[in-house]
Amino acid sequence: MKGRIHSLESFGTVDGPGTRFVVFVQGCPMRCAYCHNPDTWAMDGGTMMEPAEIIEQFEKNRPFYKNDGGLTVTGGEPLMQVDFLIDLFTLAKEHNIHTCIDSSGIAYKENNTAFIQKLDKLMPLTDLVMLDIKHIDPEKHKELTSQPNDGILAFAKYLEKKQVPVWIRHVIVPGVTDDEKYLYQLGHFIGRLSNLKALDALPYHTMGEKKYESLGMEYKLHGVPAMDQKTLLVKKQAILDGIKAARKEMEQA
Amino acid sequence: MRPEWTGFVGNKWDREVNTRDFIQKNYTPYEGDDSFLAEPTQNTKDLWEMVLDLSKKEREAGGVLDMDTKVVSTITSHGPGYLDKSKETIVGFQTDAPFKRSLQPYGGIRMAEKACADNGYEVDPEISEFFSTHRKTHNAGCFDAYNQEMRACRSSHIITGLPDAYGRGRIIGDYRRVALYGIDRLIEDKQDQKNSTGRVMTDEVIRLREEISEQIVALKMMKEMAASYGCDISKPASNVQEAIQATYFGYLCAVKEQNGAAMSLGRTSTFLDCYAERDLKNGTFTEEQIQEFVDHFIMKLRCIKFARTPEYNQIFAGDPVWVTESLGGMGVDGRSLVTKMSFRFLHTLTNLGASPEPNLTVLWSTRLPENWKRYCAKMSIQTSSIQYENDDLMRATHGDDYGIACCVSSMVIGKEMQFFGARANVAKCLLYALNGGVDEVTKKQVGPKYRPVTGDVLDYDDVWDKFMDMLEWQADVYVNTLNIIHYMHDKYCYERAEMALHDRDVKRYFATGVAGLSIVADSLSAIKYAKVEVVRDEDGVIVDFKTTGEFPKYGNDDDRVDDIAQEVVHRFMTAIRRHHTYREGVPTTSILTITSNVTYGKATGNTPDGRKKGQPFAPGANPMHGRDTHGAVASLSSVSKLPFKDAQDGISNTFTIIPGALGKEDQVFSGDIELELK
Repeated sequence: MKGRIHSLESFGTVDGPGTRFVVFVQGCPMRCAYCHNPDTWAMDGGTMMEPAEIIEQFEKNRPFYKNDGGLTVTGGEPLMQVDFLIDLFTLAKEHNIHTCIDSSGIAYKENNTAFIQKLDKLMPLTDLVMLDIKHIDPEKHKELTSQPNDGILAFAKYLEKKQVPVWIRHVIVPGVTDDEKYLYQLGHFIGRLSNLKALDALPYHTMGEKKYESLGMEYKLHGVPAMDQKTLLVKKQAILDGIKAARKEMEQA
Repeated sequence: MRPEWTGFVGNKWDREVNTRDFIQKNYTPYEGDDSFLAEPTQNTKDLWEMVLDLSKKEREAGGVLDMDTKVVSTITSHGPGYLDKSKETIVGFQTDAPFKRSLQPYGGIRMAEKACADNGYEVDPEISEFFSTHRKTHNAGCFDAYNQEMRACRSSHIITGLPDAYGRGRIIGDYRRVALYGIDRLIEDKQDQKNSTGRVMTDEVIRLREEISEQIVALKMMKEMAASYGCDISKPASNVQEAIQATYFGYLCAVKEQNGAAMSLGRTSTFLDCYAERDLKNGTFTEEQIQEFVDHFIMKLRCIKFARTPEYNQIFAGDPVWVTESLGGMGVDGRSLVTKMSFRFLHTLTNLGASPEPNLTVLWSTRLPENWKRYCAKMSIQTSSIQYENDDLMRATHGDDYGIACCVSSMVIGKEMQFFGARANVAKCLLYALNGGVDEVTKKQVGPKYRPVTGDVLDYDDVWDKFMDMLEWQADVYVNTLNIIHYMHDKYCYERAEMALHDRDVKRYFATGVAGLSIVADSLSAIKYAKVEVVRDEDGVIVDFKTTGEFPKYGNDDDRVDDIAQEVVHRFMTAIRRHHTYREGVPTTSILTITSNVTYGKATGNTPDGRKKGQPFAPGANPMHGRDTHGAVASLSSVSKLPFKDAQDGISNTFTIIPGALGKEDQVFSGDIELELK
């Protein structure tokens, strides 16, 4: 089936391993204050594309993606279009392409068995999930994104059960998501995931603000400075400390 | 074997002038990393400080520090010049002082006068009189022969940047021959060549004999010039310092006599490494000393300067010399041509700091040693000063001893040369096709009075047919203009120093060029896939367009428009090939207006793709700015589809990216949690 696509990026170097062909899908239920792609929020719009069209574009430039690269679907929220993803990744696997989903996990609901059945189909076709946990604290999460995080954390556990390799992504925003207490908690949570392969602590930047302006939307983080690299490394260490602590507890248990 | 050649092997290059054979039999491929490289010496730092100081003074003086207005530059016209004689291990300036620009009137006396006048100097009236009355220049010759149509095309800029008032450049002497053989042997060789010409005195034979005589004079002058610096280059170089010095003297002679649009060095590093390896083995020099020679050599190349006018600088965005040096590449036998000297050349970017000159150009192959690839990447990130060219593509045509002139023009060193031909503005040609040869800016009838388009909405097939007809006309007037230019350049401004370092029978490329390709592709795409209405002025000339609807744009890996771009290049080249070319030049085309795209844009009216009158063209074969919306790979793919066989003089793509878009720094993201938990 067709997917609702926002845009395609042929030279993705920051969305998964190697150089990647990146598909931005249209539509996301989250309203993260720092989102730099607010133009992908609306559930309508975008361009309807067949999986074959996307794979064809990938194949045309395959040599660029050969060293550890592949295909990443991001957005928007990819899992809002799970049927399309199943078709896309089925075809990608026929073409021996490394597949990656960059997701917030928001589509996951523990009691939605129909959705989980589809995920059960999708996961064997998926080489990597980059799970972006916006905030570990339920209340803060809701403040930041307008959505609860219980489903997201459940999704993380689901991925572990399925043993899908996971990178955890976390955007660190000065004054918003940089409280080391919560960062440590986040680390403690993901430290228990046996499928955790990497931690991608993303420094908040202000490049998204322009888009809000041009879309005539209010930018909630106006005035918040970008995260500098030195501070980022300190904050990241808090997450790493949490991971270490969790692993130690598990060893002792 | 001569004593200077002790330790070298081979039994061909020593009996005939054959630099490639010497390299192949004596070079040592290097697969290691950059850890062997040496820091700059104190002398290097001191000398570079002096150069920086002179550069500063030159900027403060408005761009030129000193100009010679009395002495016409030849190989021997000036005595030696130094920064600090006691510290320089490689010597030689174009005139008797660093940063003093030489007077070169053979290309055109008015250009020489203007270059002086615009910088606050005045050419000696006696010299002006001499070159106006007694000695004709290249420029005067061209205008004697031009017809009305050529003049009109030149004024309206549908053919543009023509080398009819300045040196054409783009010829690379095999400067290495000076080091390997010494001048005496090269003179003997040239005498043999002269004795071997045909006995029937046709125009060609007479010209060849006269040219070889000129070359022999140049060689004798080279020896004399070197002697003024206390160097004897009559015999072969006996160590790496002498080899670098002799190679540089060869090049220096070229830039003393030619103010060319691009004065490139060739492919010297691996040649020089043969000497460096021998010296290291024999304990003649240390790594630090060898790096010092290289640093001083590169420093000299950075000081090459010409007298030029502000208009010239506007076309070329500064006053580039294009001292292009080609590094690396693969040999036809499968061995890499990367040597320690290739590393040393790039290392000057660390020792002396980043610089656009010399234009260090890496001949890139997928099969290059991994350590070299990594080093190139590292230096690119640190200095943004490296140019890359596709060796795998060019090796197929030129073998493994070619070099790049200017930015992309490839030629076998000492065996092939090029007649530089500037470019045809095909975007303007498309507008001429719509307007039946009437210039959209001046409203003059410049092209032939073909039928203009009628109606208000452009029809693709109609426009395509008219465009192809106009392209035929453009190619015709363009090639014939170039025929005149190169005839006159050979006659009045012959490159005797460079040609003395070539074989007798050289292959001549007759280079042409295209500007405005991406505009034409997008414009035709708009006409084909969207609706383009024309806006006519009071005289009925189409001066603007109203484009409604979406259309595919070049730079997004979309075959619908990329095919148009390819077809335009192919048809242009086909039209060029149909014509007689001067001295049996092999016609080629380039798509490479790296810096002049701004100037060409100024001279071109509104175009159907939505570009407004006066707006710059995209550089080279680049997509138009901001129209490639699918990322770098898609953009590069559109460019890479252009047919090299129809654009053999080169296709350039200017690529800029912020470091953050190339990936994350290791300390921020390692990609492996286990590493970070250790």
